Amino acid sequence: MLALFHYGFVLRGFEAGIIVALVAPLIGTFLVLRRYSLIADTLAHVSLAGIALGLLLGFNPILAALAVTVLASLGIESLRLTRRVYGESALALFLSGSLALATILLSLGRGFNTSLFNYLFGSIVTVTRGDVLTISVLAVIVAAAVAFLYKELVYITFDEESARVSGLPTRAINVILILLSALTITLSIPIIGVLLIAALIVVPVVAALQLRRSFAATIAYAEAISLFSVVCGMLASFYLNLSTGGTIVLIMLAVFLLLLLATSRRRGSTQA
Amino acid sequence: MPLAAAAVDHRDNIIEVSHASFSYGAREILSDVSLAVHRGDYLGIVGGNGAGKTTLLRITLGLLKPSSGAVRLFGQDISAFRQWFRIGYVPQKATSFDENFPATVEEVVLMGRFARRGLLRRLGRQDRAQAELALERVGLLPQRGRLIGDLSGGQQQRVFIARALAGEPEVLFLDEPTVGVEQAVKDEFYRLLRRLNEELRLTVVLVTHDIERMAHQAMHVACVDRTLFFHESLDDYFRKTHAEIHPHERRGQEA
Repeated sequence: MLALFHYGFVLRGFEAGIIVALVAPLIGTFLVLRRYSLIADTLAHVSLAGIALGLLLGFNPILAALAVTVLASLGIESLRLTRRVYGESALALFLSGSLALATILLSLGRGFNTSLFNYLFGSIVTVTRGDVLTISVLAVIVAAAVAFLYKELVYITFDEESARVSGLPTRAINVILILLSALTITLSIPIIGVLLIAALIVVPVVAALQLRRSFAATIAYAEAISLFSVVCGMLASFYLNLSTGGTIVLIMLAVFLLLLLATSRRRGSTQA
Repeated sequence: MPLAAAAVDHRDNIIEVSHASFSYGAREILSDVSLAVHRGDYLGIVGGNGAGKTTLLRITLGLLKPSSGAVRLFGQDISAFRQWFRIGYVPQKATSFDENFPATVEEVVLMGRFARRGLLRRLGRQDRAQAELALERVGLLPQRGRLIGDLSGGQQQRVFIARALAGEPEVLFLDEPTVGVEQAVKDEFYRLLRRLNEELRLTVVLVTHDIERMAHQAMHVACVDRTLFFHESLDDYFRKTHAEIHPHERRGQEA
């Protein structure tokens, strides 16, 4: 098994995978509990337009995706605040709009090629040295921001109105949360692919929530589930020659199902 | 009541709402409302559904901007007010939050310390000590490690009171805190508020449609029905308006 890590690309893939596995549930906990799960999927589709733009113009696709996702996340938040459209409708507008833009850009660049396929579904082979560096920097930014704003984020997630009355700048913190989501999604692209990012952000958290623990413990369990699934998923996908993103997500869902069954039996027996 | 009334300092208006009006489009919810809360007071703001009492509370707390009029908190205009830790708030949400939210009683109560501690600062030993004290005051210290969603409705409500107390506020605002809670629990809840008002000299402002339960607890009653009818004492309130208010209150209790 150790022979696997003699290949440079495998090592880079694992480095990137572990970083993503640790960062995604950190943001995911706040998004899931605020009923913002769909924002992950929307921003992922938006990032596809950025990738297409990058591929077309010859930029680094990840950096192009980052720029486009950050702009879109600010757009979604300001559209939501105008109250001219419902929150979910704002997401739907951005999701379909950016997907439309992506298909146009890709047809201009003469269609789907291999590297696009890798961005859609994720592959450890796609990860370059530059990607690992970019991902590391983004991960440090996200982790530091969550660490500094932890108590504020928890309060706003639980009870936004009381948080406002206690003088917290809730609007600014909401903008920061959505920006951090954009960063997290962009950095997850090379590993898991655009189409499955939402799962990486949402599923470990939903699985950890089944354990019914404190807020801090829920984040820790989500991290553990995510790390386990990503590492196992990458190993399995490499040996069995499967899609990396798909394997990771299926393992996560299996963990969720196991926890759901285990805890519902326990809860059922205590109620009886 | 006369016993407790002696503790009110009528020279110290900690909350002042002057000539506040509020409209949603063409519909006027509040019209020219003025209200002063004295230090040590226990004020009940009552009124039927849609009478504007929650709107008045939200304006007072800065959650809504009045169409006209001014709000002063502790002598400062609300736009310049920054000492939010002096205000404790128990939202309506206290009886209708996400039961599956993964937070322990202690984690929820510690949120009450955030305004004191300030942005980006970590909580310390003193914050934990105050949270414990607040939990002890509401009788929930043994439950501190449990998930908030696993407690009974009455206990959850007391957790939200403890959260507000943990910040060591000077005034406590409560928005319909007894909706959906059993009668026996309500009585105990009002006794707790009365005790906090008397023992801690905490000013209490309670918005409710539950006038009968609150009756022997609050010192002053303000009745909202688009505008404000202020009553010096509860007896005064009952003498003047019980007959007209009664239908509202019946409707409220059936709901």
